[in-house]
Amino acid sequence: MTMSLDVARIQADFPILKRQVNGRRIVYLDSASSSEKPVQVLDAMDRLYRESYANVHRGVYTIAEETTAAFENARSKVASFLGANEPHEVVFVRNATEAINLVAYTWARANVRPGDAIVLTELEHHANIVPWHILAAERDIELRWIPLRSDYLLDLTNLEQLLDGAKLLAFSAMSNVLGTITDVRRMTDAAHAAGALALVDACQSAPHVATDVRAWDADFVACSAHKMLGPSGIGALWARRELLETMPPFLGGGEMISNVTTQGFTSNEIPWKFEAGTPAITEAVGWGAAVDYLTGLGMDAVREHEIGLTGYALHRLRERFGEELAIYGPLDTSQRGGAISFLFRGIHAHDISQVVDQHGVCVRAGHHCAKPLMGVLGVPATTRASVYIYNDENDIDALVEALAAAEAFFAF
Amino acid sequence: MSGLEDLYREIILDHYRAPRNRGELPVPPAHKAEGFNPLCGDEVILYLDVADGEVRDVKTEGQGCSISQASTSMMSAAIKGSSVEDTRKLIGTFKALMSIHESKLEGAGDGSSSDTEEASDLEGVRLGDLEALQGVVKFPVRIKCATLAWITLQHGLDELEAAASTS
Repeated sequence: MTMSLDVARIQADFPILKRQVNGRRIVYLDSASSSEKPVQVLDAMDRLYRESYANVHRGVYTIAEETTAAFENARSKVASFLGANEPHEVVFVRNATEAINLVAYTWARANVRPGDAIVLTELEHHANIVPWHILAAERDIELRWIPLRSDYLLDLTNLEQLLDGAKLLAFSAMSNVLGTITDVRRMTDAAHAAGALALVDACQSAPHVATDVRAWDADFVACSAHKMLGPSGIGALWARRELLETMPPFLGGGEMISNVTTQGFTSNEIPWKFEAGTPAITEAVGWGAAVDYLTGLGMDAVREHEIGLTGYALHRLRERFGEELAIYGPLDTSQRGGAISFLFRGIHAHDISQVVDQHGVCVRAGHHCAKPLMGVLGVPATTRASVYIYNDENDIDALVEALAAAEAFFAF
Repeated sequence: MSGLEDLYREIILDHYRAPRNRGELPVPPAHKAEGFNPLCGDEVILYLDVADGEVRDVKTEGQGCSISQASTSMMSAAIKGSSVEDTRKLIGTFKALMSIHESKLEGAGDGSSSDTEEASDLEGVRLGDLEALQGVVKFPVRIKCATLAWITLQHGLDELEAAASTS
């Protein structure tokens, strides 16, 4: 069915998939939280440490230059993966959370005045909520929320009114809970028409759907390496050059300066202006290798595989459990990613996760860092299974069998 | 699934299916204490009717996994009618039951003084049904589920004490 990817060959690239959990083959269905890593990424990082490691942008000796080149080469790879105009529009940060915080602490504090509004959606991750709550607590700004419809898509009926007087529209391109895909261009157009900027949280979408910051006409885009086969500890903020140039610096320290005296400092050029201190050098190189891996597969094929496997999972779950399993998210695979949140027979997500773990099945239980969304859904927690390039129909079948075991265990 | 049966002992599932002391008490005179596990969204609400140094009645509300809700139910049954002093002792014992094993799991237990101290906390207090929760310590991420009700109870008693000392 999913002929878009050679999944068996992909699986062979992921050493962790060879291990067992509780005596069973591991069935990793939590990639929406963090993905596993292919040997190509592990090797790239290992090779740097073994063969050519030094600090970046400092030394003039050979291996320092090699490391700097590898680091900046990774920036170029990420930039072209995102569809950026130039590598210097990509700022390396720790993760998407830090990218959004960077915008909140620099651009927003310089540009959002008391009485202004920031518009968010009800399906945001805490990473795109709490930085704005912190800002709102500091100065008198209003947070407005684009509501969710009963079909788990955003209700854009009153988008123009919500954006009236807004300085920023910040939204996720794909929900980490519901899988819902946002019409990014519709949102950025509406923001710009209202005189606001648009921040896209692409943390969940970037691993699964082609990213094109220029086609999106976005102003800020945040993403993390660890969800897209790269290591943890590195992510990116992309922003248009003219925005980055006018934004005040974020953290102060080495690397981000062009001059420092006892009287003050002047900032470095972008993107280094926002990269104080020794960055995550090896992680950047690992991320570059991850980008190569995904590009090699082709993001269209990655997406096609996700659509096929998500459709299979939705079908199998509903066929086997019917009304006993309530899915929170769109059922139309063209409208959603591969994260499937559900409630099952009133069994708490924690208990389900514990029982299916005995079958080697790794799923996430909880509120998925989206408590406002849980409130809208009226549930305390859900179980979430999410698929990626290394998952196949056997994994979905294993999930279904493990859920049947949980049902039997908690039957009463 | 032998590991699972250690965690989900029959008595635990029984308390989960048929929780004891569910409901509300009028506030005041009862005191309401709430506890949340921010990681998973578990929620425990306790109504404590405490007078003359005695937990005269307790009711519980909230939602969460089987371990958190069974622990709440078992706790309510254990403390109802007990003196505040014994209740506090039981809180200490229960937390020790959880943390001793926690430190052992982390390889920190080398017969250090804190282990011995906690072990002595366990003496002389009858845990009864609560011993069934001992299996939870083999599943470190679930310890927070089991202790939520007890930490909420401790906060509730502390709040009552603070209110009594200021009035």
